[in-house]
Amino acid sequence: MTNKTSRRAFLAKGLAAGATVGVAGTANAATPDPLITEVQPWASGLGDGVDVSPYGLPISHEADVIRRNVEWLTADTISSINFTPIHALDGTITPQGCAFERHHSGAIELTKDDYRLMINGLVDRPLVFSYADLERFPRENHVYFCECAANTGMEWAGAQLNGVQFTHGMIHNMEYTGVSLRTILEEAGLDAAGDLKDKWVYVEGADASSNGRSIPMEKALDDCIIAFKANGEALRKEHGYPVRLVVPGWEGNLWVKWIRRIEVMDGPVESREETSKYTDTLENGTSRKWTWAMDAKSVVTSPSPQSPITHGKGPLVITGLAWTGRGAITRVDVSKDGGKSWETARLAKPGEKMAMTRFYLDTTWDGEEMMLQSRAIDETGYVQPTKTQLREVRGLNSIYHNNCIQTWLVNSNGEAENVEVS
Amino acid sequence: MLKFPNLLIALAVVASPSFADTYGLGRVALPEEIAAWNKDVRPDGTGLPVGSGDVLAGEEIFSEKCGACHGDFAEGVGNWPKLAGGTDTLDRDDPLKTVGSYWPYLSTTWDYVNRSMPFGDAQSLSPDEVYSIVAYIIYSNDLVDEDFVLSNETFADFELPNKDGFIIDDRLDTEHIKWVGEPCMENCKADVKVTMRALVLDVTPEEDAAKAVASEPAAVEETVVVEEVEPVLAALDEELVAKGAKVFKKCKACHKVGDKAKNGTGPMLNGIFDAPAGQVEKFKYSKALKTAAEGGLVWDDASLRAFLKKPKAFMKGTKMSFSGLKKDKDFDAIIEFLKSNSQ
Repeated sequence: MTNKTSRRAFLAKGLAAGATVGVAGTANAATPDPLITEVQPWASGLGDGVDVSPYGLPISHEADVIRRNVEWLTADTISSINFTPIHALDGTITPQGCAFERHHSGAIELTKDDYRLMINGLVDRPLVFSYADLERFPRENHVYFCECAANTGMEWAGAQLNGVQFTHGMIHNMEYTGVSLRTILEEAGLDAAGDLKDKWVYVEGADASSNGRSIPMEKALDDCIIAFKANGEALRKEHGYPVRLVVPGWEGNLWVKWIRRIEVMDGPVESREETSKYTDTLENGTSRKWTWAMDAKSVVTSPSPQSPITHGKGPLVITGLAWTGRGAITRVDVSKDGGKSWETARLAKPGEKMAMTRFYLDTTWDGEEMMLQSRAIDETGYVQPTKTQLREVRGLNSIYHNNCIQTWLVNSNGEAENVEVS
Repeated sequence: MLKFPNLLIALAVVASPSFADTYGLGRVALPEEIAAWNKDVRPDGTGLPVGSGDVLAGEEIFSEKCGACHGDFAEGVGNWPKLAGGTDTLDRDDPLKTVGSYWPYLSTTWDYVNRSMPFGDAQSLSPDEVYSIVAYIIYSNDLVDEDFVLSNETFADFELPNKDGFIIDDRLDTEHIKWVGEPCMENCKADVKVTMRALVLDVTPEEDAAKAVASEPAAVEETVVVEEVEPVLAALDEELVAKGAKVFKKCKACHKVGDKAKNGTGPMLNGIFDAPAGQVEKFKYSKALKTAAEGGLVWDDASLRAFLKKPKAFMKGTKMSFSGLKKDKDFDAIIEFLKSNSQ
């Protein structure tokens, strides 16, 4: 079924590409192109007025660049996840409208007027802030990736989902505006907490899931943000409007949406989301807990199963994304032969801390089969591992934190498939 | 005698929150407010309210409020979480992680049930109900006998089997020390073979969604046609429909409406108003509902009102684990909403 669908899509794209397939060097057209020689309606008539689209949506021709979900993954779409169409995006910033969503009790509608943020526990003054109060603190702007700990989690036991959207799309990367969590905590005063080394903050959301997580004070005071804007505009409902927590480099579940309460504590709560979930079971049955940081990871987004090569031999742009929760990406290598040999890709910009990095390998395709892989290296010197390396340490039951090297098998037609290699 | 009483008050207001190095923003949280939100419970039982509950009471409440998704024996229905079983499976393929087999602390169960359950009606349980449900869940895991009573006083004595089954993140010691340094660039492997292909499994969603969106203009035209026909249909009170949509949030965990509606834990509810009961395709109704349907039950205004007031009283044996609507105005709203999804 899937094969047929992607084949259909592939053929359609192939047709659209027209007569230029498979020609090395500059091609010659047999006949003049009517798109050039004839006056087209858009070059003659008029387009939309400025009042047609007060808030613009993508043009209808981009209608397939949407979040998608995998129905069999969860019991219900209200407590579920969808995936960012990273196969169709470029650059690094994820538009909010197609940035993945993960809810535990659905995306709630909470107004700025009804919003309250409480700071309590081991603080000098327990405080309540309104939304308007938050806007009066000094603000910061930072670009950070947010990756669900379960991203690529369906691939532990083997190649399963045939599309980078599904294997790697539980991630987005946005520019956040907000107030540092440190500022908010200091406003309430931390003298009452005494030695901060062994203290924690417990953060919870306003929705019915009351998703709550415990975060060590050191991280809370380091780089966390109480954010109310993403990519310049208000957060979307599905991302926690009006206010969410941003925990740079750490698993998405900690980025509590609709954040309503921050409690300073002398230990972790051991809530549902940090014991029964988001813990990583090893082969011997013991489980790792507090696995907060997202390790270095990368993936080729194009070519990939949902983004096949439609132009035949010749110049080919291989591109993808890399990120690490332990600093900045310093290098990405790409292999076309399943890891036998590697070439270092070009980073579109130097890596930034806890933010996505775009890489390109500007290459020439000879029309032969490729086994495409990418491997990220971060500023700690850590090299993204293979699936085999990960399995040797963790077995198959970890669910979370699968940052393995991904392989796409690209056939001579340019179609790509999710595979595992020896 | 004060010349500027207002100024003094103003100064007092400004001065009260002005601590060194703060912005003086926000206001002091009142004890009642903190008590209303500060509900988290910790492994040693800190945060638990006074109360108690036993297994038998728990069984009854669980069957009514939890069983539709988690199964009457906490064994789980469909893809919903299984809460019992799974002992000794953690080191096998696909371990079954339940309260009994995996969760380290009972406080987590109490805390989660108290604040987040039932799904769609969170924070509606009394402390005694939560103690009872938690007692029943550990009974379902064969960890206590049926005469077990859980209370704030006995709570700390109870330990779950997998309490010591967790280690703190050791990736830096077990993984990072190995996976560093200049990686191989040439001749890294002798041979590479494909060992597994995603297409063999064929579990990837088809991209029909894209086509649906692409054909959106056509859908809009259809809507326009419907609007022209509308006067023939019973006029809806749109405001009431909107209110009903809010009330329907209580139902959404199990019932769906609208274009993409499918059966879930309960049947999808498009077109059920003024229609014979038990007719939604492919839904497995309870015996009780089938019998009522054979007897000619129609979901009209009166029968819906009676059913939604107390489902289990109206229809003994129904699978619907909903305790009933309580506010009078909710009945009008939900029925108008169901009507709007039946036109």
